[in-house]
Amino acid sequence: MARRDKSPQGSAAKGPDVSRRKFMAGAALTGAATAATAQVQAATAPVAETAATPPRLPSALRPNAHMAAAETGTPKELAKAAGPDGSDFMVDVIKTLNIDYVCSNPASSFRALHESLIDYGGNKKPEFITCTHEETSVAMGHGYFKATGKPLMMLCHGTVGLQHATMAIYNAWCDRVPVICIGGNDIDAAYRAPGVPTYHSAQDINAIVRDYTKWDDQPVSLQHFAQSFVRAYKIAMTPPHEPVMISLDLGLQQEPVRAHERETLYIPKYVPTAPPQADGAAVKEAARLLANAERPVIIADRAARTANGMKLLVELAEALQAPVIDQRARMNMPNTHYLNQTERTAALISNADVVIGLELGDYWAAVNAFIDNGHGGLGVNEARIKPGTKLIGISSIGLVTKSNYQDFQRFQSLDIDMAGDAEASLPALIEAVKAAISSDRRAAMEKRGEALRKARADAHERTKAAAAVAWDASPISTARLSAEIYAQIKDLDFSLVSSANVSGWPNRLWRMEKHHNWLGGSGGAGQGYSAPAAIGAALGNRDIGGRFSVSIQADGDLMYTPGALWTAARHKIPILSVMHNNRGYHQEVMHVQRLANRRNRVAALGMDRSPIGTSIENPDIDYASLAKSMGYWSAGPIKDPAELGGTLKRAVEVVKSGQPAFVDVWTQPR
Amino acid sequence: MKSRSVVIGLAAFAAGLVLSQVSALAASAEKGKSAFLQHGCWQCHGYQGQGGVTGPKLAPNPIPFETLSNFVRTTNRAMPPFSKEILSDEDLADIYAYLAAVPKGPDPKDIPLLNQ
Repeated sequence: MARRDKSPQGSAAKGPDVSRRKFMAGAALTGAATAATAQVQAATAPVAETAATPPRLPSALRPNAHMAAAETGTPKELAKAAGPDGSDFMVDVIKTLNIDYVCSNPASSFRALHESLIDYGGNKKPEFITCTHEETSVAMGHGYFKATGKPLMMLCHGTVGLQHATMAIYNAWCDRVPVICIGGNDIDAAYRAPGVPTYHSAQDINAIVRDYTKWDDQPVSLQHFAQSFVRAYKIAMTPPHEPVMISLDLGLQQEPVRAHERETLYIPKYVPTAPPQADGAAVKEAARLLANAERPVIIADRAARTANGMKLLVELAEALQAPVIDQRARMNMPNTHYLNQTERTAALISNADVVIGLELGDYWAAVNAFIDNGHGGLGVNEARIKPGTKLIGISSIGLVTKSNYQDFQRFQSLDIDMAGDAEASLPALIEAVKAAISSDRRAAMEKRGEALRKARADAHERTKAAAAVAWDASPISTARLSAEIYAQIKDLDFSLVSSANVSGWPNRLWRMEKHHNWLGGSGGAGQGYSAPAAIGAALGNRDIGGRFSVSIQADGDLMYTPGALWTAARHKIPILSVMHNNRGYHQEVMHVQRLANRRNRVAALGMDRSPIGTSIENPDIDYASLAKSMGYWSAGPIKDPAELGGTLKRAVEVVKSGQPAFVDVWTQPR
Repeated sequence: MKSRSVVIGLAAFAAGLVLSQVSALAASAEKGKSAFLQHGCWQCHGYQGQGGVTGPKLAPNPIPFETLSNFVRTTNRAMPPFSKEILSDEDLADIYAYLAAVPKGPDPKDIPLLNQ
């Protein structure tokens, strides 16, 4: 499409037996191509089958001197294309957006941009991060954004690489995280190399991710690229944040800037878009309901995009003396605040008279329950709220809802439903709430606050009592695991960059008061997120400085993207990864057991304790050796809880020295 | 954990509940530990019945046997029911014996890591 130049490659490609190497040798092969063409003409000329006919020509002629030189000689230095290179201009565009890293597994379809990034661009802003899988590339950008608020760029083959990347893009989509995805694609069928490069080309590479990207494009000129890239960045960075995709033609990357564009090319200026805010009248009505509620409840999921979002949520809760349920897709509310009543979720929801949900991923599930039992396997739906409970919502996700993938969850009718970014809408809501609280309500609110303070203290004591059960068990309890980790990092400015399902113990036991203390989960629950996303977040925390990154890593998840460990070691990304090694795909362990019971059958266990097909045992994976082979300091498996503290202490020292460390721990299931 | 046998009837008597025929049988904590693993109870409740987000605490100090038994057989909540065809009365009694034998852990106030 974009390869309009009449390059030597064009004529060389006419020869049927010209190899890719010669194809790439450019001008040096022009003569060889001529000779090859002569061969073809000779070989295909009509030949009369008579006795007078000269002997057949052999199928392979001896090369003449010119061809032999072309085949065996050192190619001449390639002539520099006239004018600046197209991919150099692309780097100029990319640099205007101050992107720190490009995460990538290398591929020929973006070789020109790759070369420009490291040689023309100096491998800075962005710096190339070598990944061993495209899923890792995207997930690193996912984690990096949640640690820093800045998006990364990922480069991949537009076909096979993007196929690898898709699950991670879906996770980012569900988690509302921007990643700038670029897929190389050699579009021009008349000029692209045959064989593998053609297998790796497609009409519309973006099609496979269009259902879960916010915007995509396939620019056909350099000016088009400049507009598309800046537009893609702008769209991705406007709440709700989401990944975007650009198909980047190899021809466009490789060709020089066209003569007519040299004087006219420009790079559009990026100006951030103000996030959408809830409607003013709806905000006032919501404030009136909240201010007059007897038992209001605030539920937050992806509400606090930034540290300021946390402050705003605290301000709203304190203004209302209302309990907050933190669903923990982000760090929304300090877990030490007396109004953080997450441990009392069921009781609060069932007694609420007004509920406000802020950026809930699944509002239905917040106020209803699905019981995967009974009704012949269909399950049971139950309301968790009283009849008449008023429901309010602020969410931006409705602004980008698509049809195919069901990440929009079940439909829930709301009494006041506001389309807008919750964090951006909170100042107006807080102001409206303060204005709506009458003086006679203040005393009742203060009394409610005191009751909540005591309820939280009681709930925290129950949490500690629950954590103490099976304290000395082996395999090690997830509560003990979490407490042991915290003992080693509590005096550091820690960032729990990812966590396996350990019954939420870190969020329940650790003091988490800063936005980066907890970065939330994967979004789409696609396996293979945790290791690379944690490393991406740790990269961001390293650059910010002073933060200690820790991850509680699931065993099944790690085996999707173990190569991410090498990337961490290669790029000296300090992170403490502690394995929650329960030796199974535990969610599926329970699912198969459930179905066996439902069908009144004993689940077949095979040689393990889990139903066949759900365990990761026999042989047991030596994760410590795996991590060590990738360049990590490592230890384990730790099975005795008494050994855990000392091992973690040594690992923390390694991480503080700037290296990644890994501790494998055999744990209870959840 | 040290293996030992318990008489289920004592616990039920203390709870003031009517004993079922099976619960009056002597049960084995050792067999119960195997049955606890074999039947997948550990999946949601942990290897020592300590509980977690997927299932409540079962031990130490389990609820009365009859209450537990009724729930196991007829639950229509998150836990799937276990019929007698897939979990015999004897195995259930043994499992209860195992849960009753789980020793009480330390007081959380005495665990420094829980008071950081």
